[in-house]
Amino acid sequence: MSAGSRATYDVVRVRKDFPILSRRLAGGDQLVYLDSANTSQKPQSVIDAVSEHYQVHNANVARAMHQLGTESSQAFEEARDKVAAFIGAPSRDEVVFTRNATEALNLVANVLGLAQGDLGVRAGDQVVITAMEHHSNIVPWQLLCQRTGATLRWFDFDDDGRLDLSELDELVTERTKVVSLTWISNMLGTVNPVSQIARRAHEVGALVVVDASQAVPQMPVDVATLGADFVAFTGHKMVGPTGIGVLWGRRELLAQLPPFLGGGEMIETVTLERSTYAPPPARFEAGTPPIAQAVGLGAAIDYLSELGMAAVAAHEREVTAYALARMREVSGLRVLGPTEAVDRGGAVSFELAGIHPHDVAQVLDSRGVAVRAGHHCAKPAHTRLGVQSSTRASFYLYTQPEEVDALIDGLDYTKRYFGGS
Amino acid sequence: MSLDMLYQEIILDHYKNPHHRGLREPYDAQVLHVNPACGDEITLRVHLDRDTVADVSYDAIGCSISQASVSVLGDLVIGKDLDEAMALQEEFLTLMQGQGKVQPDEDRLEDAVAFAGVARFPGRIKCALLGWMAWKDATVQAVARRAATASAAMEEES
Repeated sequence: MSAGSRATYDVVRVRKDFPILSRRLAGGDQLVYLDSANTSQKPQSVIDAVSEHYQVHNANVARAMHQLGTESSQAFEEARDKVAAFIGAPSRDEVVFTRNATEALNLVANVLGLAQGDLGVRAGDQVVITAMEHHSNIVPWQLLCQRTGATLRWFDFDDDGRLDLSELDELVTERTKVVSLTWISNMLGTVNPVSQIARRAHEVGALVVVDASQAVPQMPVDVATLGADFVAFTGHKMVGPTGIGVLWGRRELLAQLPPFLGGGEMIETVTLERSTYAPPPARFEAGTPPIAQAVGLGAAIDYLSELGMAAVAAHEREVTAYALARMREVSGLRVLGPTEAVDRGGAVSFELAGIHPHDVAQVLDSRGVAVRAGHHCAKPAHTRLGVQSSTRASFYLYTQPEEVDALIDGLDYTKRYFGGS
Repeated sequence: MSLDMLYQEIILDHYKNPHHRGLREPYDAQVLHVNPACGDEITLRVHLDRDTVADVSYDAIGCSISQASVSVLGDLVIGKDLDEAMALQEEFLTLMQGQGKVQPDEDRLEDAVAFAGVARFPGRIKCALLGWMAWKDATVQAVARRAATASAAMEEES
């Protein structure tokens, strides 16, 4: 990313694409939306794509023989092509549509439990995760281990929110069947060295699953060179609609894995006694899929591609660096996670001494500043840092430095409001 | 919506100086309740003396609303007749679920009327109810345990 092209990133113009950003809140305040790691806002082009699909093309996919059915199917499959190109998937058949990243991760965990042969997870096997995972990359593996008798292990992380890789060779061994980790932590913001961990995992014959829910929205992704075997992410965090997620999986692995859910469209042929199954990706897409949502995700990808993911990542880094610098000025504020914008995503969780995150978020909300408070579905990560909950501000391609200033002003006000406690 | 509507002076006072805090002996039942949305936790003990709420003690981590609310609860129910305390719990629950349309009875709910504004902040109702639901759970357990002990004693006598 050259400095020249970075200068062309015009956040003010970008913001004009997002109608919600200009709305006023109940008290007449301007919205300052700092909760994009939770869900991102949507540009007009995505809203229009979903709306136009319902207005003009709506029909079920792959089943309807009429013109609308053809148009709908085409639009749905075009979205798959766009996803494949966007993440560098070698084949479009490696892109499975799900409801969200949670379903994508559950899909992998379930079919690995069901798989016969080498891929199957069984008693005595080990599954390795990290202590900084979102609950959606913890609970499915706990369930898998409980069902199969496999053992769950995890990487710890240090006080700066960096994974402790000194244990890599002890944790990931011949007994390891799966290593599943987040690329960018939704709580700490840490960018993890996926390729390095994947190399070790593959040395010992383990599969690598990556939760890229925070990564795909923020930076250029190339699954072909990442080193992962499966990558999960969700549409709504990347300016797309809710209800659409993606599981990318290496073709030869998907081809060997059994179905997750049974139903329409995932079959080859059905008799009352038994069925045979369609090849991937259809095998993993039982029932009517989220069609308009896939179309919306396609439009989101067009939007992101036009901005350029390198430019999006550079903007994210700049805003995050600015926020971290300004947060240093706030006495009593402790950032949970890396305090420098190096190998770091745009979510910053923090504590404000003596004031509960709920109260921080409430006071900020009264000034139009929307942040998240709680454990952000990463309770073990909070426990590791010895905190019960935190406040999180997260930035995205439409965040301006002025909004970081509004956050900082709001935090000063919060301290005064609860002053003397 | 005004912040002061939520954070009444009384609430902030209880938050800064909570009453009845700390776990005490003796007690008849202890419960742990959590708010899964935010991870707030309360461990709460109830001690009954015949039909009177003799003590409510607790250890809790949480926001100003949840902390102040359990402090107020203690003030209200300790020393009260069990049925009366249960009725107050019901009234507080009705107030919290009333979307701001329920007029609280200050003579009965005392400091707890300060939480009337919380009912207009749907995200915070669970915070206000955390301690109260824990208290009800612990009290029901304490009563059940006492009934079980009494019937066992009767069986022994007969």
